[in-house]
Amino acid sequence: MPQVSLTVNGTHHTVEVENRTLLVELLRETLGLTGTHVGCDTSQCGACVVHLDGASVKSCTMLAVQAEGAKVTTIEGLAAADGTLHPMQEMFREHHALQCGFCTPGMVMSAVDLVQSHPEGLSEHQIREGLEGNLCRCTGYHNIVKAIAAAWPLMHGKALPVAAE
Amino acid sequence: MYDFAYQKPSNVADAVAALGADPEAKAVAGGMTLIPVLKQRLNRPSVVVDLAKTGLAGITAGAGSITIGAMTTHAAVAHSADVQRVIPALAALAGLIGDEQVRHRGTIGGSLANNDPAADYPAAALALGATITTTKRAIKADDFFQGMFTTALEPDELITKVEFPAATKANYQKFRNPASRYAIVGVFVAQTAAGVRVAVTGAGQGGVFRHTAMEAALSKNFSADAIADVVTPADDLNGDIHASSEYRAHLIGVMARRAVAAAA
Repeated sequence: MPQVSLTVNGTHHTVEVENRTLLVELLRETLGLTGTHVGCDTSQCGACVVHLDGASVKSCTMLAVQAEGAKVTTIEGLAAADGTLHPMQEMFREHHALQCGFCTPGMVMSAVDLVQSHPEGLSEHQIREGLEGNLCRCTGYHNIVKAIAAAWPLMHGKALPVAAE
Repeated sequence: MYDFAYQKPSNVADAVAALGADPEAKAVAGGMTLIPVLKQRLNRPSVVVDLAKTGLAGITAGAGSITIGAMTTHAAVAHSADVQRVIPALAALAGLIGDEQVRHRGTIGGSLANNDPAADYPAAALALGATITTTKRAIKADDFFQGMFTTALEPDELITKVEFPAATKANYQKFRNPASRYAIVGVFVAQTAAGVRVAVTGAGQGGVFRHTAMEAALSKNFSADAIADVVTPADDLNGDIHASSEYRAHLIGVMARRAVAAAA
């Protein structure tokens, strides 16, 4: 049986997979990391977003064998070892940016990538465009956008520049 | 998904050999189309040949052109300072494909080789008069696209890079399906050393095509007004639950005028 070696949330794993095993199946079923969700299973909803070598990707549309040698971060890998939440998770809680919570892991992972990849600043418009790959059917997005704008200063250690566009 | 064998060659020659050895082999670039196709059991390759380690990613700015390696992701093109400087419309187009997560995986070579009739890159390649270099030859965009999901590529032929001539003016306007984010109609307008070209994606039954009536009008007068009265026949356009062929014909005019007005 094929094997794949990868690092997930800082821990190295070598596991047996089928070639057709999806990355999200490896994460959820083999490693038990069920925080990463499968929503649409067609790369549209974004519930399955994880970071692959630092970039957000849809783990339902990637083979596990394609992640050979990669560093994967899932929602379980964001909080500190002592349970202190990542600033993005804290701001999602603070701003009530979730209701049912199903989309939240993918939403948070996309949001972290979005903020990290925009050190120059991030407008409300850019946040909304940056979330186009993540669907939420509860919140109407307003509070998610607020949470992400509130997390930017915490992640970059400075005030969010006004009118970044 | 049916199971398959998987190979990840470390160079282009080995990838071509793997594809040539088995008529049921399929290449995977970013996988943003192939993996959904496999999930739906619409295709059953014996072996999937992963091109990720073949060293085909990268962007080079030349004198009056941009050359993009086949495995370069849409995100890399969208964020490239070189592409933004030489052909800003091409960088903008790349940033309109799918969503950021899809753009982190999907590649220009995969998009062109697949030639989805609603994909964005075919419009840029045809309007700018790109040259598509493969493991066997160099193919002009005019000869490359041969109908819906059909290209000049042979089964064991891989795209290695694509060269886009710089444009004096260019713009891409896309009316997209909000769920799939594919183009219902996309129009790429370009004025290059070779003249004015208008390429339409999303609408044609045979995939991307040039709008020669608009090209003739814009060659005389590069303005939105010049194409205001150009009629687009609906006969050969797609009609589906998202848009009728008549609506697509109308959208081609609207998108083309917006593209000309915005072209810089």
